[in-house]
Amino acid sequence: MTIDLAIILAPFFMAACIAIFYRKIKRNWVGWIVLFIPIILFLTLTTYIPRVANGHTFSNTYEWIPSLNINFTTYLDGLSLMFSLLITGVGSLVILYSIFYLSQKEALHHFYCYLLLFMGAMLGVVLSDHLMVLYVFWELTSVSSFLLIAFWHHRKASRAGARKSMTITVSGGVSMLVGFLMLYVMSGTFSIREIIANISMISGQSLFIPALFLVLLGAFTKSAQFPFHIWLPDAMEAPTPVSAYLHSATMVKAGIYLVARFTPIFGGEMIWFWTVTGVGLITLFWGSFNAIRQVDLKAILAFSTVSQLGLIMSLLGLGSVAVHLGYSDKTVLYTQASFAALFHLMNHSTFKGALFMMVGIVDHELGTRDIRRLGGLMSFMPFTFTIALIGSFSMAGLPPFNGFLSKEMFFAAVLKITELDIFSLQSVGVIIPIVAWVASIFTFVYCLIIVGKTFFGKLKPDLLEKQPHEAPVGMLIPPFILISLVVLIFFFPNILGKYILQPAMGSIYPTFPSVKELTPSIYAWHGFNPELYMTMGVVVVGVILYHLLPRWKRIYLLIPQRFTLNAMYESTISFSENFSRLVTRRYMNGDLTHYFIYIYVFFVAVVAGYFLFTEGITFNPAIDAKIEGFELILVFIMVVAAISILFAKSRITTVILNGVLGYSVAFFFVIFRAPDLALTQLVVESVTTALFLICFKFLPDLKPEPSTRGVKISNGVISILVGATVTIVGLAVMNYEKFDTISSYFEDSYNLAGGKNIVNTILGDFRAFDTMLEVVVLFIAGLGVYTLIKLKAKKEGTDIENK
Amino acid sequence: MKINDVILKTVVKGVVFIILTLGVYLFFSGHNAPGGGFIGGLVLGSGIVLLYLTYDIETIHRKMPFDFKKVAAFGVLLATGTAIGSLYFEAPFLTQTDGYFTLPILGEKHLSTVTIFEAGVALTVVGTLVTIILSISEDE
Repeated sequence: MTIDLAIILAPFFMAACIAIFYRKIKRNWVGWIVLFIPIILFLTLTTYIPRVANGHTFSNTYEWIPSLNINFTTYLDGLSLMFSLLITGVGSLVILYSIFYLSQKEALHHFYCYLLLFMGAMLGVVLSDHLMVLYVFWELTSVSSFLLIAFWHHRKASRAGARKSMTITVSGGVSMLVGFLMLYVMSGTFSIREIIANISMISGQSLFIPALFLVLLGAFTKSAQFPFHIWLPDAMEAPTPVSAYLHSATMVKAGIYLVARFTPIFGGEMIWFWTVTGVGLITLFWGSFNAIRQVDLKAILAFSTVSQLGLIMSLLGLGSVAVHLGYSDKTVLYTQASFAALFHLMNHSTFKGALFMMVGIVDHELGTRDIRRLGGLMSFMPFTFTIALIGSFSMAGLPPFNGFLSKEMFFAAVLKITELDIFSLQSVGVIIPIVAWVASIFTFVYCLIIVGKTFFGKLKPDLLEKQPHEAPVGMLIPPFILISLVVLIFFFPNILGKYILQPAMGSIYPTFPSVKELTPSIYAWHGFNPELYMTMGVVVVGVILYHLLPRWKRIYLLIPQRFTLNAMYESTISFSENFSRLVTRRYMNGDLTHYFIYIYVFFVAVVAGYFLFTEGITFNPAIDAKIEGFELILVFIMVVAAISILFAKSRITTVILNGVLGYSVAFFFVIFRAPDLALTQLVVESVTTALFLICFKFLPDLKPEPSTRGVKISNGVISILVGATVTIVGLAVMNYEKFDTISSYFEDSYNLAGGKNIVNTILGDFRAFDTMLEVVVLFIAGLGVYTLIKLKAKKEGTDIENK
Repeated sequence: MKINDVILKTVVKGVVFIILTLGVYLFFSGHNAPGGGFIGGLVLGSGIVLLYLTYDIETIHRKMPFDFKKVAAFGVLLATGTAIGSLYFEAPFLTQTDGYFTLPILGEKHLSTVTIFEAGVALTVVGTLVTIILSISEDE
């Protein structure tokens, strides 16, 4: 048990503790107790910084299911360390913020439980080397995000937003899983590091490009890239700390992480370059363009997050060119795009986290986030105003804030890429800087909107629910820590560059000999160059556009409502719902006889079909044991009982006759010396009979079903076919040799499992995984029965939906 | 008309002990002879169900104040817990081990971690079985 496993498990452990013990903890303590976990993890992780900066990586393997080649391998390198610091660092601040943000009356234990669940899952994603383990954690982040978005589940919009984000991210996740399986088929390993090491072996294979697209689909849905970004604005129904944490700082960056992690594998492909860069740029543009027309502060931030994620994504795409070109003195320059991506990722987490917390404060203190109702708050909320100003100007790319540095590097990267003459960059490459520049202007405009419409202008007291006043200190501390980072990073960018970003660059370009070369020194001032002119142009045009906003806002009306992505998503969902309802109603008609017909026809088709198709039916009466007299008597009893069931007039007769059949089978097990089976059969038969007897009072009297002759005949044929199939398969199985025999268990049971009862050694040891899952399934089924019966809605119950 | 069930009640008082003893016996003998967690759990569960059938639910609840949902949950926790527990001994998930130990009074005995796993199975079976039967029979 080492530190790195503990880092992943600690949040889960704490989540379990909160879930179990929350009644014993004072309500206002829950948050403070939870706060310990991310702080301790953050401090632990910081101790790794010097070692990782020196090029060390930490890897540990815990055997999980070695027979299926699934191991729990943790891997801590520069990239994972950077993300882990982000997750735990922002996590600490967000939990501190939530302590003051959430009212004591909320279901706090749920909130913190989900939040910890998310934190653990996210740490699992960035610290796993095994693709399957990574996938499991990946989906777990989607699930915890779903739970957190629907935290206020009495609101319809919350549930809708949660469902939308779940649908989109999980479908992306599933396609990513298929991509992972393709990678496994090609390389024979699930380990990301081993795949990178064998990249030359797999890059030419026919599955390579499909795998590339499927993995990207997972990354794009998670990181809200165009056209999958539509879930992120709806996810803003979550409490604001959740939006700050999951939907701006960490979870949506999982896609970025995946793209960065897979750059050494896929980065050499032209299609990767164009897809990642292109989708990133479109997202950048579309997000910033749409942010301007929003009237809800949180919606502005949501679209701005979409846009900024697009920016980072496109930078990673630009940086992948260096993988394609291979290592040389000249190509090292192109890695700067990836460096800018990582740098901007860190910067974005600081300023966007602060901005979300700022919006949370405004919402919390004034009861609204609608910019049409806000204005003139500067004198009432000076601290909140400071946060908004610094955060927005950093996002707009103005000095002296960290966003300026990464924005300049972004401009430098898009200008640099046009000099290349591969991937037909000479002809269409010129679009890249133009799109980047236009999107930056829009970014500048919505940053002005956030600050200007909220804090300047006239106060509208009649539109506010509460008297404006400053937030409590506890809610101001976390955003102030973030904005001081915004300023500090501007003045000391190279510390971050050397200790955090440089080792992370080593993970993106593992084949490049020296990471030092990959780390450019960051300067705030580098003379009058095109980048600076671009920034100046952004400011000038941005200010003009902001002042003329009422005049050109009408262009948003040009997009017809019917063709928006949201409308298309909604119609797809409602179409598939209606279609599947139609199909399901056709065969799920509530008639038990029909259901049995489906089951039996399917059974006969598959089993009999298989045996006929593989010619597995052979009889060899010579090796069968001799039939004894009492066996014949038992068979006779069973035949009589079975036929009598058909003519039984009451349910109790049916049950007893059925019991006769069951107990006779148990007798057969005794005769054939299978005491385990006999015991089980006897007990199961008794319990089932008891169950039947209990259920009687709910059942109507047995009465013959009116049915036509044709139906009766077809039912009879099906019954006879089922019986014949079972009998023939039972007889033929003696001569069937296509499966492995189980006789090895006879030899191994005592040597390997230390037991003489092979049935139990198989159940408890050789196949213990099956047994364990069966136990869980049994339990879930029991809970299902219990909840269906006990918790069903009362007839006079009120409709709690759609409040 | 109230059914006279004096005979049933008297017989059940004795029989239940035999059934429960059989269940415990089957559970422990499972490693080397017929039996095991599943059958043991089923026998124990059916013994308890027999009690509920003979007497009424309230009487048994007073004498045996278990929440059988929790019994089942504890069983699942035991089964999955032993599975995860092996990770702490640097062994793969679900590794079981056994050994011979000399205990005071009992003498040399064969002990195995599989027993804990099987106990989890047995408790889950008992808990689920009783939960299902009770909830169906209590339904109005």
